[in-house]
Amino acid sequence: MNKRFFTYMPDPVLLTLLLLLLGYGLVVLYSAGGIVVVERQAVRIALGLFGLYLVTQFRPERFEQFTPLIYAGSVLLLIAVFFFGITVKGAQRWLDLGISIQPSELCKISLPMMVAWIFRHTALPPNWRYLLAAAVAIGICAGLIYKQPDLGTAILVAASGLFVVFLAGISWKFIFSGLLVGALSLPVLWQFLHEYQRQRVLMFLNPESDPLNYGWNIIQSKIAIGSGGFWGKGWTEGSQTQLDFLPEHSTDFILSVLSEEFGFFGVLLLFLLYTLIIMRCLYIAQQAKTTYNRLLCGALTLIFFVYITINAGMISGVLPVVGVPLPLVSYGGTSVLTLLASFGIITSVHSHKKLIQQ
Amino acid sequence: MGRQLKQPFQEKKLFTERIIVALIMIMVVFTLLLSRYFYLQVIQHDNYTKQAEQNKIKFSRINPTRGLIYDRNGLLLAENITTYRLQVVPEKSQALEVKLQQLKQLVSLDDEDIVAIQAQLKYNPVFKPITIKSKLTEHEVSRFVVQKHQFPGFNIEPYLIRKYLYPMELSHLIGFVGKISEAEFARQDHSIYAKDDYFGKTGLEKYYEQQLHGTPGQLVTEINAQGKQLSEKISTPPTNGTHLNLTIDMQLQKAAYRAFGEETGAAIAVNPNTGEILAMVSKPGYDTNEFINGISQVNYDKLAQSPDKPLFDRSIKGGYEPGSTIKPYIALAGLYHQLITPESTMISSGSYKIPNQDRPYHDWKQGGHGKVDLVNSLAESVNVFFYDLAYRLGIDKIHDFLQPFKFGQLTGIDIAGEKRGILPSRTWKRANRDMIWFPGETVITGIGQGYFVITPVQMAQALTTLASKGQVNPLHLVKRPYVKKPLPFDLKPQHWQVVHDGMTAVINAPNGTARAIRAKDYLIAGKSGTSQVFGKSEEDIYKKNDELPKHLRNHALFIAFAPIEQPEIAVVVVAEHGASGTKAAAPIAKSIIDSFMQERQDLKAVSDE
Repeated sequence: MNKRFFTYMPDPVLLTLLLLLLGYGLVVLYSAGGIVVVERQAVRIALGLFGLYLVTQFRPERFEQFTPLIYAGSVLLLIAVFFFGITVKGAQRWLDLGISIQPSELCKISLPMMVAWIFRHTALPPNWRYLLAAAVAIGICAGLIYKQPDLGTAILVAASGLFVVFLAGISWKFIFSGLLVGALSLPVLWQFLHEYQRQRVLMFLNPESDPLNYGWNIIQSKIAIGSGGFWGKGWTEGSQTQLDFLPEHSTDFILSVLSEEFGFFGVLLLFLLYTLIIMRCLYIAQQAKTTYNRLLCGALTLIFFVYITINAGMISGVLPVVGVPLPLVSYGGTSVLTLLASFGIITSVHSHKKLIQQ
Repeated sequence: MGRQLKQPFQEKKLFTERIIVALIMIMVVFTLLLSRYFYLQVIQHDNYTKQAEQNKIKFSRINPTRGLIYDRNGLLLAENITTYRLQVVPEKSQALEVKLQQLKQLVSLDDEDIVAIQAQLKYNPVFKPITIKSKLTEHEVSRFVVQKHQFPGFNIEPYLIRKYLYPMELSHLIGFVGKISEAEFARQDHSIYAKDDYFGKTGLEKYYEQQLHGTPGQLVTEINAQGKQLSEKISTPPTNGTHLNLTIDMQLQKAAYRAFGEETGAAIAVNPNTGEILAMVSKPGYDTNEFINGISQVNYDKLAQSPDKPLFDRSIKGGYEPGSTIKPYIALAGLYHQLITPESTMISSGSYKIPNQDRPYHDWKQGGHGKVDLVNSLAESVNVFFYDLAYRLGIDKIHDFLQPFKFGQLTGIDIAGEKRGILPSRTWKRANRDMIWFPGETVITGIGQGYFVITPVQMAQALTTLASKGQVNPLHLVKRPYVKKPLPFDLKPQHWQVVHDGMTAVINAPNGTARAIRAKDYLIAGKSGTSQVFGKSEEDIYKKNDELPKHLRNHALFIAFAPIEQPEIAVVVVAEHGASGTKAAAPIAKSIIDSFMQERQDLKAVSDE
């Protein structure tokens, strides 16, 4: 084994912040799910951190080099899922649960990589040819995921690609007219939604209308948050959590548990950690030497921010219910592993930039 | 593609500007989010504290019971039985591995079960119950209940599973249910379906899913501040699924399945006066009960790869040439278009040639049948008679005449998965083969060969119209008021009669091709047919069917109805690779009709007493 391969330490500032956040998350998880949940999540976190360390060892040029391959691979997997889903006949099989989730998760990294790759040599802001290529790359991923059908993930994946376009510096005229077109096409989009998706949106506009189904979760979550007060009810003392009023309290609604038991103070602490992580990542992006590295780091950070916002907005009743976990805190393997891998890319950019300077 | 020159300094400036914009955006959004939490946690705190204290009502779902399925005489065919499963919430149990070993003394757990449990432990969240063992025996339940205090977190839960009482005979007809898949669930109303509900996957279970499923109810549980249950009340009772009363006569269904012996194929028996299907079999069947809780991969592969294709529903999906069973319909077309009369005769010399063409089209009997009329042409299945008639009709008239009988059309039968097939026409050939129609193809269409792809259910639909002398009674499997429609064209009573006479002669005249199945007490009318099997090698084409390996032999077809005066049953039989319609398919049809007539007589005897 090459000795030099293991010589790059991930950025200590970012690593410390991440460890603080992960630790904080485990403390909350203990209250929500008990020691078994914590043990299992700890194993995944350890695995994820090892992954982060491993990814840091690669030069960012390596990612750049293999980007088209990685992108093509994840698109192929998406197509495979598509066909696999059709051929399943009557029989329920173990595999289709695990596999159908993975490729769309992979796209959250591989799509911004691809768009950054498209822009890597051109002058910025990119001209319309490059923008068209980017639109195609985004459209393929988002379209295939939408067909699965998984509208929520499709939008998130599309966003991860669009962030690259934004960071590449396209003109504000373009951005605002894009937003305008988006807003105007909302009624059209409504027609394409499944019945259950429309229900979710309607429920979000008026949760009390449907207390048993989706609305119930949000009402219980708001009670948990509100009754927490400024200082919280204390660790493992939240009645909403402990009496099972709160649904899915280890996964999507973990922030409700935190809010109930640690109060507004605990929420502030969490957002402080998140903000520091985001600022450090944006700093690394700004310092990066190549277009590809800058765009990719920036986009990965922005998508991290979007997850936080969607989850925190959803459980407090200001955004519709989409099954997005709270980054690095919710119970679950896939999310932690992919997020830590994407932080690995960011630390890789940081570590390798330094060595070049020396 | 000309590339613009990069300007590193300006680009860095531009990027930094965007990063700052993004950071401002993030700060604004986080501030908004935090003010939402501040509003809930500080401003509205008292309000929510009160709500939390009053929060003692929990809602849960009461599953509706799936509708049962009965045959036409009220015999139960599909039911729900209560079974028990042992579950554990991993989070609430201690030393799970040890407990599992202890459990082995109470319930039977083999290595396969343990592997399944470990897989669930790996992939399921620990606060959700996982199933240790389903379908517990009564013994296991009682043994566990006594020892329950030693197993915290473990629970016995009653649940309903679907059970089919005649899985082999009704495998394709009723079909089966299974756990709803992610994709199916996504398309359903979530106030009606839950993630572990059953969902009809094939057959009637799929077609009538909406009616069979029912609507869930709501259970309200009141708990105190320590989480202890105080009371339980049903606020909305569930609406159970509707029962299905089939038109199927289970006794006849069993007889039809049995009649096939070792053969594969399909049989449909129908009341031609109503369109009610009395029996519908696709042979071989398979054990649908195996599918309900997920079939193992090994068993599924065994079924999917079997050369007999048990999973394939031949009755509504199997495509065959009608062969000579089309002849009665071609005769009707000729009578309607006045190209023949009931008295027409012709000389069969052994082969037929289109005017000014050299290629001969042969009779099945060497040297021909001599002078024949319409009745004898049906009785002896004289090809030349129908070659000539078809040629004179032309493909357009044949197509337009056969279409209302539902050949090559969806019959609209109430079961999932019906295939359309092909009724040959100029338009069809142009669209699918991109070629013009040749006169020779019209000639062989007259004996049911060529591009035809017809399903047994289409043959049955056409036969109801033939047997009832012109009524199109839509075929159906669930009892409902009859819908009667006449054919869109008028045929004279004597036209129907002469075709009925010809089909009666097939079985009852001394020169009939199927005289071997003549019945003693009543008269059956019928017609045999052969559906060619393709893919034979050059040398195999000239071999007799008996000399060929089974999978290359032609399919045997038979259509029949009885009694001829006032038909009460019409039967279609396809015996795959049976080689000859009269030898392989006719006896099956006969035995189905016999069993129907016997049952009818028994009923009469009972009501006479």
